Amino acid sequence: MNGIIKENPTFVLLLGMCPTLGTTSSAINGMSMGLATMFVLILSNLVISLIKNLIPDMVRIPSFIVVIASFVTLLQMLMQAYLPDIYATLGLFIPLIVVNCIILGRAEAFAAKNGPIASIFDGIGMGLGFTIALTVLGAVREILGTGKLFGLTLMPEEYGMLVFVLAPGAFIVLGYLIAIVNKMRKA
Amino acid sequence: MEYLLIFITAIFVNNVVFSQFLGICPFLGVSKKVETAAGMGAAVAFVLTIATIVTYLIQIYVLDANGLGYLQTITFILVIAALVQMVEIVLKKVSPALYQALGVFLPLITTNCCILGVAILVIQKQYDLLTGVVYAFSTALGFALALIIFAGIREQLSLVNVPKGMQGMSIALVVAGLLAMAFMGFSGVDGGLSVLFGLK
Repeated sequence: MNGIIKENPTFVLLLGMCPTLGTTSSAINGMSMGLATMFVLILSNLVISLIKNLIPDMVRIPSFIVVIASFVTLLQMLMQAYLPDIYATLGLFIPLIVVNCIILGRAEAFAAKNGPIASIFDGIGMGLGFTIALTVLGAVREILGTGKLFGLTLMPEEYGMLVFVLAPGAFIVLGYLIAIVNKMRKA
Repeated sequence: MEYLLIFITAIFVNNVVFSQFLGICPFLGVSKKVETAAGMGAAVAFVLTIATIVTYLIQIYVLDANGLGYLQTITFILVIAALVQMVEIVLKKVSPALYQALGVFLPLITTNCCILGVAILVIQKQYDLLTGVVYAFSTALGFALALIIFAGIREQLSLVNVPKGMQGMSIALVVAGLLAMAFMGFSGVDGGLSVLFGLK
């Protein structure tokens, strides 16, 4: 369960920055992206820990990528069928889960060395850490940018600073969140 | 004129780092020195252009021709991984000087999401091959530009007193945010240009 705070993939390890910045214009978008990544992470961790002894060391990384890419394709199809709205919002970042370094990183660092049960829990922990980070980032940007949280109005929209929903806001909010987490970890 | 418009839009208006959030990992990772940033930029430009051509041809002649569109993600990532390896081997043989300059960056490129992202975008936007190549190359130039500017600022940043909690990545991200804000100044330029060129 290290993934949630101590080794949080986003705030501490700084992995998977593209979806972190690209999809967190609102809390709900950030959460969907986090859950989508978690889905792939848990399943790929499980499968890789099961087949790790069958894969020759030389072709380890390509095989991992094939496993991950298969689950991403599966996720794409599921989302297109059942959650077309979210799929349209997240757009390009769903196929890009393949190149999210968190997933390949956990496959290499954890699933390739541990049993299936432990790997599932590692996937859940890391996935939750990522989801929480994205949701928090999305929530902060949504409140500052539009005065809403999960679509509920907290303050009148005129007070919102649109820049936080746009690209610069993503970088700046993440920068400050990392500073806060750094401070908390040292305290 | 259409190509010039795509060129300018991809570099300044829809900059790959500052407005599309692709390729952030190398953007944050190899931007401590201007020299390495330039090397990475050149390597990305090289691979991205080739990768776009190859994935485009595969999409049209292999996947679409056989109705295998759903295999896009998995095919593209494998093609890109193989391509990077091949570029590395060929470069080593043909041009050792270029290999010396770009070599270290090549293995890192497979996991650079702007390669896969742009390859998919070219298909999604239904460009033809030449347009796709222009788009890919100018996107890569935009990436290099962002990387080099950012590296230049970070070199200066190491000389400044930064509050303790903000040191390292935190202040770098805030700087990137300010840069993104600067790049927002270009928004709308593409619309004006397309009127100027008489495309609208």
